[in-house]
Amino acid sequence: MRILPLADAGLLVELDDLESVHALYAALSRSHLPGVTNLVPAARTLLLQLDPRHADPAELERVVRETRPDPEGVPEKELVRVPVVYDGADLGEVAELTGLTERGVITEHTGTDWTVAFGGFAPGFGYLAGGSPRLEVPRRSESRTRVPRGAVGLAGKFSGIYPRSSPGGWRLIGRTELEIWRTDRQPPALLRPGVRVRFEEAR
Amino acid sequence: MNDLRVLATGPLATVQDLGRTGMGDIGVGVSGAADRRSLRLGNRLVGNREEAAGIEITLGGLALCARRGITVAVTGADCPVAVDGREAAVNTVLRVPAGSELTTGTPERGSRAYLAVRGGVDVEPVLGSRSTDTLSGLGPDPLRTGDLLPVGTPPEGFPTVDAAPVAEPPAGDLVLTVVPGPRADWFTDDALSTLLGGTYRVTPRSDRVGMRLDGPLLERARTGELPSEGMVPGALQVPPSGEPTLFLADHPVTGGYPVIAVVRSADVDRAAQARPGQRLRFRPAR
Repeated sequence: MRILPLADAGLLVELDDLESVHALYAALSRSHLPGVTNLVPAARTLLLQLDPRHADPAELERVVRETRPDPEGVPEKELVRVPVVYDGADLGEVAELTGLTERGVITEHTGTDWTVAFGGFAPGFGYLAGGSPRLEVPRRSESRTRVPRGAVGLAGKFSGIYPRSSPGGWRLIGRTELEIWRTDRQPPALLRPGVRVRFEEAR
Repeated sequence: MNDLRVLATGPLATVQDLGRTGMGDIGVGVSGAADRRSLRLGNRLVGNREEAAGIEITLGGLALCARRGITVAVTGADCPVAVDGREAAVNTVLRVPAGSELTTGTPERGSRAYLAVRGGVDVEPVLGSRSTDTLSGLGPDPLRTGDLLPVGTPPEGFPTVDAAPVAEPPAGDLVLTVVPGPRADWFTDDALSTLLGGTYRVTPRSDRVGMRLDGPLLERARTGELPSEGMVPGALQVPPSGEPTLFLADHPVTGGYPVIAVVRSADVDRAAQARPGQRLRFRPAR
């Protein structure tokens, strides 16, 4: 574990892998740390964002070092089933890039459970990891100016669902009607770090 | 309920409080006032809690009609303020009688002024905050001419001072204190001294998300992609072009470009007052 300061506004904890990030995030999200305004898990890091008026970075660094990661305690273990119509604009291209048929892409995408690794691109957007390695494709070379809400895409090792219409460079393979983000729902995001996701083909 | 009518907005006017906390893990950034210190001061002047919502006025141009008597303070950028055409001062407590117009002109120094209203701007909160997050689209829309804004119930305490002594925002070079960032080692040995020795200019491609800076390029020593990681206001993120972006209130929650240095929080408020074309210099924290 390496702890890198972001001036007086944050501590970036660098860990070995996503599992370690989730285990530390699980342990820290249960304790109310004074002056910590956000915990932001990412692929290899966990950010403690600080309110500099109320945080003591040295003390928090000590707390982080003494916290025992909790691999079993990832707060969300639930399974979200996501019905998808696989008619995305890039489905053919993904098939070409992966050497699969379009049917094969769908089989791979629905064949394993994914896990929300972290959020960040937009409210409610979850980077879904742990899917089939055969689906690894680069982002589009040019970002679309408008990706419709509910679009299901692939980029790198990740899959994701656009929570609302926005620009985006992911390769789109389908769409879902599931409301994955609603500000008047508690919690507003279906896809929180640790949640498992199973894509199912909707007909 | 409809206590304020918006007559003009200027380039951008938004409702802001101190933002949303605790939802970074689902991609919700803090947002809130770009210059938090000025919003807090305005709220203290009118007797509000510091976290009450006010209006962030970018480069002036906001005009409001008060439909009932209200008490306000304008802080931050020193824009000319007038009540029914009569000049009024920034950083003071102002009474705006029912039916009167409050106008704010283009500031001579600084870029963002804050209008604090006794009782707070009482638009519907979204996820616990009334802030407009311009990146994610959360919160109320930016103000438009004709909007009606409710003002909340006045707090029990009364304003205790009628003016706050505040230094004017600097008009010349702005000097910001920085600390080496988490990915300083992704850059050449010279890059940090280039940042500290150089003069940067705030480009017009600057907004509440961040300020794009024009100046000496910061050269990477490591190529390859950085896995996305959490970001904070004040982070100086360097894309492949080598020109840094200084993140402000609506910065993305995570980012994939390395952060060479981070501006200390107190100076992020000052940075948020920089205007396009203004020059910035960075000095190391002791």
